[in-house]
Amino acid sequence: MYQVRDLRLSFPDMTRKPLFGAAPRIEILRGLSFDVSKGAVLGIVGGSGSGKSTLGRTMLRLLEPTGGSITFNGRDITHLEEDALRPMRAQMQMIFQDPMSSLNPRRQVGGIIAGPLRVQGHDGIPAKVTEALDMVGLPRSFANRYPHELSGGQRQRVGIARAIALRPEFILADEIVSGLDVSSQAQVLNLLQELVRELGLTLAFISHDMSVIRRLCDQIIVLYQGEIVEQAQTADLFAAPQAEYTRTLLDAIPLPDPDQVWA
Amino acid sequence: MRDARGDVKRPIGLRLWLSGGWLILLVLAALLAPWIAPQDPLAQDLFTSRLPPFWEAGAEPGYWLGSDSLGRDVLSRIIHGARLALIVALVAGTLTCVIGTALGLIAGYYRGWPDRIISRFVDIWMAFPPVLFAILLIAVLGTGLTSIIIAIVVIDWTRFARVIRAEAMTQGAMDYVASAQVAGRKRMGTMLTEILPNVLPTIIALLTLEMGIAVIVEAILSFVNLSISTDSPTWGGMISEGRTSVHQAWWVLVFPLITLFLTVLSFSQLGEGLKDRFDPVLR
Repeated sequence: MYQVRDLRLSFPDMTRKPLFGAAPRIEILRGLSFDVSKGAVLGIVGGSGSGKSTLGRTMLRLLEPTGGSITFNGRDITHLEEDALRPMRAQMQMIFQDPMSSLNPRRQVGGIIAGPLRVQGHDGIPAKVTEALDMVGLPRSFANRYPHELSGGQRQRVGIARAIALRPEFILADEIVSGLDVSSQAQVLNLLQELVRELGLTLAFISHDMSVIRRLCDQIIVLYQGEIVEQAQTADLFAAPQAEYTRTLLDAIPLPDPDQVWA
Repeated sequence: MRDARGDVKRPIGLRLWLSGGWLILLVLAALLAPWIAPQDPLAQDLFTSRLPPFWEAGAEPGYWLGSDSLGRDVLSRIIHGARLALIVALVAGTLTCVIGTALGLIAGYYRGWPDRIISRFVDIWMAFPPVLFAILLIAVLGTGLTSIIIAIVVIDWTRFARVIRAEAMTQGAMDYVASAQVAGRKRMGTMLTEILPNVLPTIIALLTLEMGIAVIVEAILSFVNLSISTDSPTWGGMISEGRTSVHQAWWVLVFPLITLFLTVLSFSQLGEGLKDRFDPVLR
Protein backbone atom coordinates (compact mmCIF):
# COMPACT_ATOMS: atom_id res chain seq x y z
CA MET A 1 0.00 0.00 0.00
CA TYR A 2 2.76 2.42 0.97
CA GLN A 3 6.19 2.46 -0.63
CA VAL A 4 8.52 4.90 1.05
CA ARG A 5 11.92 5.40 -0.57
CA ASP A 6 14.83 7.39 0.81
CA LEU A 7 12.44 9.78 2.56
CA ARG A 8 14.10 12.97 3.74
CA LEU A 9 12.72 15.95 5.61
CA SER A 10 14.51 18.97 7.00
CA PHE A 11 13.47 22.28 8.52
CA PRO A 12 15.41 25.53 8.53
CA ASP A 13 16.86 26.17 11.97
CA MET A 14 15.82 29.77 12.59
CA THR A 15 17.61 29.96 15.94
CA ARG A 16 20.96 29.63 14.19
CA LYS A 17 20.12 31.71 11.15
CA PRO A 18 22.92 34.12 10.29
CA LEU A 19 21.95 37.77 9.73
CA PHE A 20 22.27 37.32 5.98
CA GLY A 21 21.84 34.13 4.02
CA ALA A 22 19.87 30.97 4.54
CA ALA A 23 19.41 29.28 7.89
CA PRO A 24 21.14 25.92 8.39
CA ARG A 25 18.72 23.01 8.07
CA ILE A 26 17.92 20.44 10.74
CA GLU A 27 17.55 16.98 9.30
CA ILE A 28 14.57 15.26 10.90
CA LEU A 29 14.25 12.28 8.58
CA ARG A 30 17.46 11.05 6.96
CA GLY A 31 16.62 8.69 4.15
CA LEU A 32 13.98 6.21 5.29
CA SER A 33 12.91 3.31 3.06
CA PHE A 34 10.20 0.82 3.91
CA ASP A 35 6.99 -0.71 2.61
CA VAL A 36 3.64 -1.12 4.27
CA SER A 37 1.70 -3.96 2.67
CA LYS A 38 -2.08 -4.14 2.66
CA GLY A 39 -3.49 -5.49 5.91
CA ALA A 40 -0.24 -5.10 7.79
CA VAL A 41 0.03 -3.65 11.26
CA LEU A 42 3.28 -1.77 11.34
CA GLY A 43 4.81 -0.52 14.55
CA ILE A 44 7.00 2.56 14.37
CA VAL A 45 9.01 2.81 17.54
CA GLY A 46 11.70 5.17 18.74
CA GLY A 47 12.68 7.48 21.53
CA SER A 48 11.67 11.07 21.98
CA GLY A 49 12.90 13.18 19.06
CA SER A 50 13.57 10.20 16.81
CA GLY A 51 11.27 11.61 14.14
CA LYS A 52 8.47 9.05 14.42
CA SER A 53 5.62 11.56 14.60
CA THR A 54 7.19 13.58 11.80
CA LEU A 55 7.40 10.42 9.73
CA GLY A 56 3.71 9.75 10.36
CA ARG A 57 2.66 13.25 9.40
CA THR A 58 4.82 13.11 6.28
CA MET A 59 3.22 9.80 5.25
CA LEU A 60 -0.19 11.51 5.44
CA ARG A 61 1.30 14.51 3.62
CA LEU A 62 0.57 16.97 6.41
CA LEU A 63 4.23 17.80 5.79
CA GLU A 64 5.99 17.86 2.44
CA PRO A 65 9.19 15.81 2.17
CA THR A 66 12.37 17.52 1.03
CA GLY A 67 13.66 14.37 -0.65
CA GLY A 68 12.79 10.81 -1.59
CA SER A 69 9.35 9.57 -2.54
CA ILE A 70 6.13 8.28 -1.04
CA THR A 71 3.81 6.10 -3.09
CA PHE A 72 0.32 5.37 -1.83
CA ASN A 73 -1.76 2.75 -3.67
CA GLY A 74 0.52 3.06 -6.66
CA ARG A 75 0.30 6.84 -6.84
CA ASP A 76 3.23 9.12 -6.12
CA ILE A 77 2.02 11.57 -3.47
CA THR A 78 5.43 13.00 -2.55
CA HIS A 79 4.79 16.50 -3.87
CA LEU A 80 1.10 16.32 -4.71
CA GLU A 81 -0.86 19.56 -4.25
CA GLU A 82 -3.45 19.68 -1.46
CA ASP A 83 -6.25 19.92 -4.06
CA ALA A 84 -5.10 16.66 -5.65
CA LEU A 85 -4.62 15.01 -2.28
CA ARG A 86 -8.09 15.90 -1.00
CA PRO A 87 -10.02 13.06 -2.69
CA MET A 88 -7.34 10.57 -1.53
CA ARG A 89 -7.65 11.70 2.07
CA ALA A 90 -10.70 9.51 2.60
CA GLN A 91 -8.40 6.49 2.23
CA MET A 92 -5.83 7.60 4.80
CA GLN A 93 -6.94 8.71 8.21
CA MET A 94 -5.18 9.53 11.42
CA ILE A 95 -5.80 9.18 15.14
CA PHE A 96 -4.00 11.84 17.13
CA GLN A 97 -1.93 11.65 20.26
CA ASP A 98 -3.72 14.24 22.37
CA PRO A 99 -7.44 13.54 22.28
CA MET A 100 -8.22 16.90 23.84
CA SER A 101 -6.56 19.09 21.26
CA SER A 102 -7.54 16.86 18.33
CA LEU A 103 -11.26 17.29 19.03
CA ASN A 104 -12.74 20.72 18.39
CA PRO A 105 -13.81 21.79 21.91
CA ARG A 106 -16.80 23.78 20.64
CA ARG A 107 -18.36 21.03 18.60
CA GLN A 108 -20.43 18.10 19.80
CA VAL A 109 -19.16 14.57 19.36
CA GLY A 110 -21.75 13.84 16.67
CA GLY A 111 -20.56 16.86 14.68
CA ILE A 112 -16.92 15.89 15.12
CA ILE A 113 -17.51 12.41 13.68
CA ALA A 114 -19.77 13.76 10.93
CA GLY A 115 -17.20 16.39 9.86
CA PRO A 116 -15.01 14.21 7.59
CA LEU A 117 -18.10 12.43 6.19
CA ARG A 118 -19.59 15.78 5.23
CA VAL A 119 -16.37 17.03 3.68
CA GLN A 120 -16.01 13.89 1.60
CA GLY A 121 -19.64 14.19 0.46
CA HIS A 122 -21.14 11.06 2.02
CA ASP A 123 -24.87 10.68 2.49
CA GLY A 124 -26.81 9.03 5.28
CA ILE A 125 -24.48 10.74 7.71
CA PRO A 126 -26.53 10.37 10.94
CA ALA A 127 -26.69 6.59 10.45
CA LYS A 128 -22.96 6.42 9.83
CA VAL A 129 -22.23 8.48 12.94
CA THR A 130 -24.37 6.15 15.05
CA GLU A 131 -22.65 3.15 13.51
CA ALA A 132 -19.21 4.58 14.26
CA LEU A 133 -20.22 5.27 17.88
CA ASP A 134 -21.48 1.71 18.19
CA MET A 135 -18.25 0.31 16.76
CA VAL A 136 -16.08 2.11 19.29
CA GLY A 137 -18.43 1.16 22.12
CA LEU A 138 -19.71 4.60 23.04
CA PRO A 139 -23.39 5.16 23.90
CA ARG A 140 -25.32 6.87 21.10
CA SER A 141 -26.37 9.67 23.44
CA PHE A 142 -22.73 10.81 23.44
CA ALA A 143 -23.34 12.37 20.03
CA ASN A 144 -24.75 15.39 21.87
CA ARG A 145 -21.83 15.84 24.23
CA TYR A 146 -18.90 18.16 24.06
CA PRO A 147 -15.36 16.69 24.23
CA HIS A 148 -14.64 18.20 27.64
CA GLU A 149 -17.55 16.25 29.06
CA LEU A 150 -15.81 12.95 28.29
CA SER A 151 -12.99 11.07 29.97
CA GLY A 152 -9.62 10.63 28.28
CA GLY A 153 -10.39 7.11 27.10
CA GLN A 154 -13.80 8.14 25.79
CA ARG A 155 -12.26 11.05 23.90
CA GLN A 156 -9.75 8.77 22.28
CA ARG A 157 -12.63 6.51 21.21
CA VAL A 158 -14.24 9.54 19.55
CA GLY A 159 -10.94 10.09 17.72
CA ILE A 160 -11.03 6.48 16.55
CA ALA A 161 -14.69 6.77 15.55
CA ARG A 162 -13.91 9.83 13.44
CA ALA A 163 -11.10 7.99 11.67
CA ILE A 164 -13.04 4.80 10.91
CA ALA A 165 -16.30 6.55 9.95
CA LEU A 166 -14.83 7.16 6.48
CA ARG A 167 -13.91 3.46 6.14
CA PRO A 168 -10.34 4.25 5.15
CA GLU A 169 -7.85 1.64 3.96
CA PHE A 170 -5.05 3.04 6.06
CA ILE A 171 -5.00 4.52 9.55
CA LEU A 172 -2.07 6.14 11.27
CA ALA A 173 -2.25 6.01 15.06
CA ASP A 174 0.21 8.47 16.58
CA GLU A 175 0.99 7.58 20.21
CA ILE A 176 -2.73 7.22 20.82
CA VAL A 177 -2.48 5.63 24.24
CA SER A 178 0.40 7.59 25.73
CA GLY A 179 -1.93 10.06 27.44
CA LEU A 180 -4.20 7.44 28.99
CA ASP A 181 -4.05 5.49 32.22
CA VAL A 182 -3.17 1.81 32.02
CA SER A 183 -6.69 0.38 32.09
CA SER A 184 -7.94 2.81 29.43
CA GLN A 185 -4.84 1.99 27.41
CA ALA A 186 -5.74 -1.68 27.42
CA GLN A 187 -9.34 -0.96 26.42
CA VAL A 188 -8.36 1.34 23.57
CA LEU A 189 -5.76 -1.14 22.30
CA ASN A 190 -8.26 -4.02 22.40
CA LEU A 191 -10.72 -1.87 20.50
CA LEU A 192 -8.17 -0.94 17.88
CA GLN A 193 -7.10 -4.55 17.43
CA GLU A 194 -10.71 -5.59 16.95
CA LEU A 195 -11.38 -2.85 14.42
CA VAL A 196 -8.28 -3.70 12.43
CA ARG A 197 -9.49 -7.27 12.14
CA GLU A 198 -13.12 -6.42 11.45
CA LEU A 199 -12.55 -3.69 8.87
CA GLY A 200 -9.40 -5.17 7.33
CA LEU A 201 -7.48 -1.99 8.07
CA THR A 202 -3.86 -1.34 7.39
CA LEU A 203 -2.42 0.31 10.46
CA ALA A 204 0.75 2.20 11.27
CA PHE A 205 1.09 2.46 15.00
CA ILE A 206 3.55 4.96 16.40
CA SER A 207 4.68 4.43 19.97
CA HIS A 208 7.65 4.66 22.29
CA ASP A 209 6.36 1.73 24.31
CA MET A 210 7.71 -1.63 23.17
CA SER A 211 5.21 -3.66 25.16
CA VAL A 212 2.29 -1.93 23.42
CA ILE A 213 3.92 -2.48 20.01
CA ARG A 214 4.54 -6.13 20.78
CA ARG A 215 0.88 -6.73 21.50
CA LEU A 216 -0.49 -5.04 18.43
CA CYS A 217 1.95 -5.11 15.55
CA ASP A 218 3.31 -7.74 13.21
CA GLN A 219 6.19 -5.68 11.82
CA ILE A 220 8.36 -3.12 13.50
CA ILE A 221 10.52 -0.23 12.38
CA VAL A 222 12.92 1.13 14.96
CA LEU A 223 13.83 4.77 14.44
CA TYR A 224 16.80 6.50 15.97
CA GLN A 225 17.67 10.10 15.15
CA GLY A 226 15.76 10.05 11.89
CA GLU A 227 17.18 6.79 10.60
CA ILE A 228 15.87 3.25 10.56
CA VAL A 229 18.19 1.20 12.75
CA GLU A 230 16.18 -1.99 12.58
CA GLN A 231 13.29 -3.33 10.54
CA ALA A 232 11.92 -6.79 11.33
CA GLN A 233 8.94 -9.00 12.09
CA THR A 234 7.79 -8.55 15.69
CA ALA A 235 8.63 -12.04 16.86
CA ASP A 236 12.13 -11.89 15.33
CA LEU A 237 12.85 -8.50 16.78
CA PHE A 238 11.90 -9.50 20.30
CA ALA A 239 13.72 -12.82 20.02
CA ALA A 240 16.93 -11.49 18.51
CA PRO A 241 17.30 -7.72 18.39
CA GLN A 242 20.05 -6.74 15.97
CA ALA A 243 20.71 -3.08 16.69
CA GLU A 244 22.24 -1.79 19.91
CA TYR A 245 19.47 0.82 20.21
CA THR A 246 16.74 -1.83 19.93
CA ARG A 247 18.31 -3.70 22.84
CA THR A 248 18.26 -0.51 24.89
CA LEU A 249 14.57 -0.06 24.13
CA LEU A 250 13.83 -3.68 25.06
CA ASP A 251 15.70 -3.32 28.31
CA ALA A 252 13.53 -0.33 29.15
CA ILE A 253 10.34 -2.40 29.25
CA PRO A 254 9.16 -2.67 32.84
CA LEU A 255 8.62 -6.36 33.64
CA PRO A 256 6.03 -7.51 36.14
CA ASP A 257 8.54 -9.60 38.01
CA PRO A 258 7.60 -10.10 41.67
CA ASP A 259 11.08 -11.31 42.53
CA GLN A 260 12.80 -8.26 41.20
CA VAL A 261 15.30 -6.87 43.66
CA TRP A 262 14.95 -3.15 44.19
CA ALA A 263 18.30 -1.61 44.80
CA MET B 1 -26.62 6.00 30.54
CA ARG B 2 -28.28 8.78 32.46
CA ASP B 3 -27.57 12.22 31.18
CA ALA B 4 -28.15 14.84 33.83
CA ARG B 5 -26.73 17.79 31.97
CA GLY B 6 -30.23 19.05 31.18
CA ASP B 7 -30.89 19.35 34.89
CA VAL B 8 -28.00 21.70 35.44
CA LYS B 9 -29.43 25.18 35.82
CA ARG B 10 -27.49 28.02 34.33
CA PRO B 11 -28.94 31.08 36.00
CA ILE B 12 -28.68 34.36 34.13
CA GLY B 13 -26.10 36.02 36.33
CA LEU B 14 -26.60 39.34 38.07
CA ARG B 15 -23.98 40.72 35.71
CA LEU B 16 -26.05 39.90 32.64
CA TRP B 17 -29.26 41.20 34.27
CA LEU B 18 -27.83 44.55 35.26
CA SER B 19 -25.83 45.26 32.12
CA GLY B 20 -28.54 43.92 29.81
CA GLY B 21 -31.21 45.82 31.73
CA TRP B 22 -29.39 49.14 31.45
CA LEU B 23 -28.72 48.67 27.75
CA ILE B 24 -32.34 47.70 27.02
CA LEU B 25 -33.46 50.78 28.92
CA LEU B 26 -31.10 52.85 26.81
CA VAL B 27 -32.29 51.30 23.55
CA LEU B 28 -35.91 51.97 24.51
CA ALA B 29 -35.03 55.55 25.44
CA ALA B 30 -33.29 56.04 22.12
CA LEU B 31 -36.14 54.55 20.09
CA LEU B 32 -38.88 56.39 21.92
CA ALA B 33 -36.96 59.62 22.52
CA PRO B 34 -39.44 62.04 20.86
CA TRP B 35 -42.30 60.62 22.93
CA ILE B 36 -40.75 60.08 26.34
CA ALA B 37 -38.43 63.08 26.59
CA PRO B 38 -40.19 65.55 28.90
CA GLN B 39 -38.95 68.62 27.00
CA ASP B 40 -37.65 69.54 23.58
CA PRO B 41 -33.88 68.89 23.93
CA LEU B 42 -33.05 71.96 21.86
CA ALA B 43 -35.58 74.42 23.32
CA GLN B 44 -33.74 77.29 24.98
CA ASP B 45 -35.43 79.34 27.63
CA LEU B 46 -33.49 81.76 29.80
CA PHE B 47 -36.26 81.72 32.41
CA THR B 48 -35.52 78.07 33.13
CA SER B 49 -31.73 78.30 32.96
CA ARG B 50 -29.65 76.35 35.48
CA LEU B 51 -32.55 74.69 37.24
CA PRO B 52 -31.27 72.13 39.80
CA PRO B 53 -32.34 68.43 39.78
CA PHE B 54 -35.70 67.56 41.33
CA TRP B 55 -34.64 66.97 44.94
CA GLU B 56 -33.03 70.35 45.42
CA ALA B 57 -34.77 73.58 46.36
CA GLY B 58 -35.80 75.68 43.38
CA ALA B 59 -36.40 72.73 41.03
CA GLU B 60 -39.18 72.97 38.47
CA PRO B 61 -41.46 70.01 37.68
CA GLY B 62 -40.71 68.65 34.21
CA TYR B 63 -36.98 69.33 34.56
CA TRP B 64 -36.11 66.18 36.52
CA LEU B 65 -32.35 66.36 36.18
CA GLY B 66 -32.19 70.13 35.98
CA SER B 67 -31.35 72.32 33.02
CA ASP B 68 -28.21 73.87 31.58
CA SER B 69 -27.25 77.52 31.28
CA LEU B 70 -29.36 77.91 28.13
CA GLY B 71 -32.36 76.41 29.86
CA ARG B 72 -32.30 73.08 28.00
CA ASP B 73 -33.55 70.03 29.91
CA VAL B 74 -30.66 67.71 30.86
CA LEU B 75 -32.75 64.52 30.98
CA SER B 76 -34.22 65.16 27.52
CA ARG B 77 -30.78 65.81 26.10
CA ILE B 78 -29.41 62.60 27.64
CA ILE B 79 -32.31 60.62 26.17
CA HIS B 80 -31.80 62.12 22.73
CA GLY B 81 -28.03 61.73 23.05
CA ALA B 82 -28.54 57.99 23.59
CA ARG B 83 -29.58 57.72 19.93
CA LEU B 84 -26.27 58.91 18.62
CA ALA B 85 -24.28 57.02 21.25
CA LEU B 86 -26.00 53.74 20.41
CA ILE B 87 -25.76 54.19 16.65
CA VAL B 88 -22.04 54.85 17.00
CA ALA B 89 -21.59 51.92 19.40
CA LEU B 90 -23.44 49.43 17.21
CA VAL B 91 -22.33 50.49 13.75
CA ALA B 92 -18.74 51.45 14.51
CA GLY B 93 -18.30 48.53 16.93
CA THR B 94 -19.61 45.96 14.46
CA LEU B 95 -17.68 47.31 11.47
CA THR B 96 -14.45 47.45 13.47
CA CYS B 97 -15.06 43.92 14.67
CA VAL B 98 -15.76 42.48 11.22
CA ILE B 99 -12.78 44.13 9.53
CA GLY B 100 -10.31 43.51 12.36
CA THR B 101 -11.43 39.92 12.90
CA ALA B 102 -11.21 39.03 9.21
CA LEU B 103 -7.69 40.41 8.92
CA GLY B 104 -6.61 38.87 12.23
CA LEU B 105 -7.95 35.43 11.29
CA ILE B 106 -6.24 35.51 7.91
CA ALA B 107 -2.94 36.66 9.40
CA GLY B 108 -3.03 34.14 12.26
CA TYR B 109 -4.22 31.14 10.30
CA TYR B 110 -2.64 31.52 6.87
CA ARG B 111 0.63 33.00 8.18
CA GLY B 112 3.25 33.61 5.45
CA TRP B 113 3.01 36.77 3.37
CA PRO B 114 -0.58 37.75 4.30
CA ASP B 115 0.56 37.73 7.92
CA ARG B 116 3.65 39.79 7.17
CA ILE B 117 1.67 42.45 5.33
CA ILE B 118 -1.13 42.68 7.90
CA SER B 119 1.19 42.63 10.89
CA ARG B 120 3.41 45.39 9.48
CA PHE B 121 0.30 47.49 8.88
CA VAL B 122 -0.87 46.93 12.44
CA ASP B 123 2.54 47.91 13.82
CA ILE B 124 2.64 51.12 11.81
CA TRP B 125 -0.99 51.92 12.65
CA MET B 126 -0.49 51.47 16.36
CA ALA B 127 2.44 53.87 16.39
CA PHE B 128 0.06 56.79 15.72
CA PRO B 129 -1.45 58.45 18.80
CA PRO B 130 -5.11 57.44 18.43
CA VAL B 131 -6.80 60.65 19.53
CA LEU B 132 -4.63 62.82 17.32
CA PHE B 133 -5.21 60.41 14.48
CA ALA B 134 -8.96 60.70 15.00
CA ILE B 135 -8.84 64.49 15.09
CA LEU B 136 -6.75 64.50 11.93
CA LEU B 137 -9.18 62.15 10.19
CA ILE B 138 -12.22 64.21 11.15
CA ALA B 139 -10.45 67.34 9.98
CA VAL B 140 -9.96 65.70 6.59
CA LEU B 141 -13.37 64.00 6.35
CA GLY B 142 -15.38 66.83 7.86
CA THR B 143 -17.63 66.48 10.89
CA GLY B 144 -20.72 64.27 10.89
CA LEU B 145 -21.94 60.87 12.02
CA THR B 146 -20.36 58.99 9.10
CA SER B 147 -16.99 60.59 9.72
CA ILE B 148 -17.07 59.59 13.39
CA ILE B 149 -17.85 56.01 12.48
CA ILE B 150 -15.15 55.91 9.81
CA ALA B 151 -12.62 57.39 12.22
CA ILE B 152 -13.38 54.78 14.89
CA VAL B 153 -13.19 51.90 12.43
CA VAL B 154 -9.98 53.14 10.82
CA ILE B 155 -8.28 53.57 14.18
CA ASP B 156 -9.54 50.59 16.14
CA TRP B 157 -9.45 47.65 13.72
CA THR B 158 -5.89 46.99 14.89
CA ARG B 159 -7.15 46.06 18.35
CA PHE B 160 -9.14 43.18 16.87
CA ALA B 161 -6.50 42.22 14.32
CA ARG B 162 -3.82 41.88 17.00
CA VAL B 163 -5.79 39.83 19.48
CA ILE B 164 -7.57 37.63 16.96
CA ARG B 165 -4.32 36.94 15.12
CA ALA B 166 -2.70 35.67 18.31
CA GLU B 167 -5.76 33.62 19.13
CA ALA B 168 -5.99 32.15 15.62
CA MET B 169 -2.32 31.20 15.80
CA THR B 170 -2.83 29.25 19.03
CA GLN B 171 -5.92 27.54 17.67
CA GLY B 172 -4.23 26.86 14.32
CA ALA B 173 -1.52 24.85 16.08
CA MET B 174 -4.10 22.51 17.63
CA ASP B 175 -4.49 18.99 16.33
CA TYR B 176 -8.13 19.46 15.43
CA VAL B 177 -6.96 21.75 12.65
CA ALA B 178 -4.56 19.08 11.37
CA SER B 179 -7.44 16.66 11.68
CA ALA B 180 -9.58 18.87 9.45
CA GLN B 181 -6.80 18.72 6.87
CA VAL B 182 -6.67 14.93 7.17
CA ALA B 183 -10.42 14.92 6.54
CA GLY B 184 -9.79 16.94 3.38
CA ARG B 185 -11.37 20.19 4.48
CA LYS B 186 -10.27 23.24 2.53
CA ARG B 187 -8.20 25.93 4.24
CA MET B 188 -10.96 28.52 4.04
CA GLY B 189 -13.50 26.03 5.37
CA THR B 190 -11.21 25.09 8.24
CA MET B 191 -10.76 28.73 9.16
CA LEU B 192 -14.49 29.41 9.19
CA THR B 193 -15.83 26.17 10.69
CA GLU B 194 -13.04 25.06 13.03
CA ILE B 195 -11.12 28.15 14.11
CA LEU B 196 -13.78 30.86 14.06
CA PRO B 197 -16.10 29.12 16.59
CA ASN B 198 -13.16 28.79 18.96
CA VAL B 199 -12.20 32.43 18.60
CA LEU B 200 -15.80 33.61 18.89
CA PRO B 201 -15.85 34.07 22.70
CA THR B 202 -12.85 36.40 22.40
CA ILE B 203 -14.50 38.23 19.51
CA ILE B 204 -17.66 38.82 21.51
CA ALA B 205 -15.74 40.05 24.54
CA LEU B 206 -13.76 42.42 22.32
CA LEU B 207 -16.85 43.54 20.42
CA THR B 208 -18.71 44.62 23.52
CA LEU B 209 -15.56 46.31 24.79
CA GLU B 210 -15.23 48.07 21.46
CA MET B 211 -18.82 49.30 21.64
CA GLY B 212 -17.98 50.93 24.95
CA ILE B 213 -14.83 52.42 23.47
CA ALA B 214 -16.79 53.75 20.48
CA VAL B 215 -19.11 55.60 22.85
CA ILE B 216 -16.10 57.08 24.61
CA VAL B 217 -14.38 58.08 21.37
CA GLU B 218 -17.55 59.81 20.23
CA ALA B 219 -17.66 61.63 23.57
CA ILE B 220 -14.01 62.65 23.22
CA LEU B 221 -14.63 63.97 19.73
CA SER B 222 -17.69 65.89 20.92
CA PHE B 223 -15.60 67.22 23.76
CA VAL B 224 -13.14 68.74 21.31
CA ASN B 225 -16.06 69.90 19.16
CA LEU B 226 -15.29 67.55 16.28
CA SER B 227 -18.38 65.41 16.54
CA ILE B 228 -21.64 66.36 14.90
CA SER B 229 -23.22 69.80 14.97
CA THR B 230 -24.65 71.17 18.20
CA ASP B 231 -28.16 70.72 16.78
CA SER B 232 -28.21 67.15 17.99
CA PRO B 233 -27.37 66.61 21.63
CA THR B 234 -24.50 64.23 22.41
CA TRP B 235 -23.21 63.06 25.77
CA GLY B 236 -19.70 64.22 25.00
CA GLY B 237 -20.99 67.62 23.94
CA MET B 238 -22.98 67.90 27.17
CA ILE B 239 -19.94 67.01 29.24
CA SER B 240 -17.83 69.62 27.53
CA GLU B 241 -20.54 72.28 27.94
CA GLY B 242 -21.11 71.27 31.55
CA ARG B 243 -17.42 71.60 32.30
CA THR B 244 -17.53 75.38 31.90
CA SER B 245 -20.28 75.80 34.48
CA VAL B 246 -19.37 72.99 36.86
CA HIS B 247 -19.28 75.31 39.88
CA GLN B 248 -22.71 76.81 39.24
CA ALA B 249 -24.54 73.79 37.78
CA TRP B 250 -22.71 70.51 38.47
CA TRP B 251 -25.66 68.43 37.20
CA VAL B 252 -25.03 69.44 33.58
CA LEU B 253 -21.68 67.66 33.75
CA VAL B 254 -22.39 64.83 36.17
CA PHE B 255 -25.54 63.22 34.75
CA PRO B 256 -24.24 62.66 31.20
CA LEU B 257 -20.98 61.45 32.75
CA ILE B 258 -22.81 58.85 34.87
CA THR B 259 -24.84 57.74 31.85
CA LEU B 260 -21.68 57.38 29.80
CA PHE B 261 -19.94 55.48 32.57
CA LEU B 262 -22.82 53.06 33.10
CA THR B 263 -23.18 52.45 29.37
CA VAL B 264 -19.51 51.66 28.81
CA LEU B 265 -19.45 49.45 31.89
CA SER B 266 -22.60 47.65 30.77
CA PHE B 267 -21.17 46.92 27.35
CA SER B 268 -18.05 45.28 28.78
CA GLN B 269 -19.99 43.36 31.42
CA LEU B 270 -22.47 42.20 28.81
CA GLY B 271 -19.58 40.57 26.93
CA GLU B 272 -18.42 38.70 30.01
CA GLY B 273 -21.95 37.72 30.95
CA LEU B 274 -22.73 36.39 27.48
CA LYS B 275 -19.53 34.35 27.53
CA ASP B 276 -20.41 32.81 30.90
CA ARG B 277 -23.84 31.93 29.68
CA PHE B 278 -23.32 30.63 26.17
CA ASP B 279 -19.82 29.18 25.90
CA PRO B 280 -20.27 25.38 25.95
CA VAL B 281 -16.72 24.85 27.20
CA LEU B 282 -17.39 26.81 30.39
CA ARG B 283 -20.51 24.80 31.12
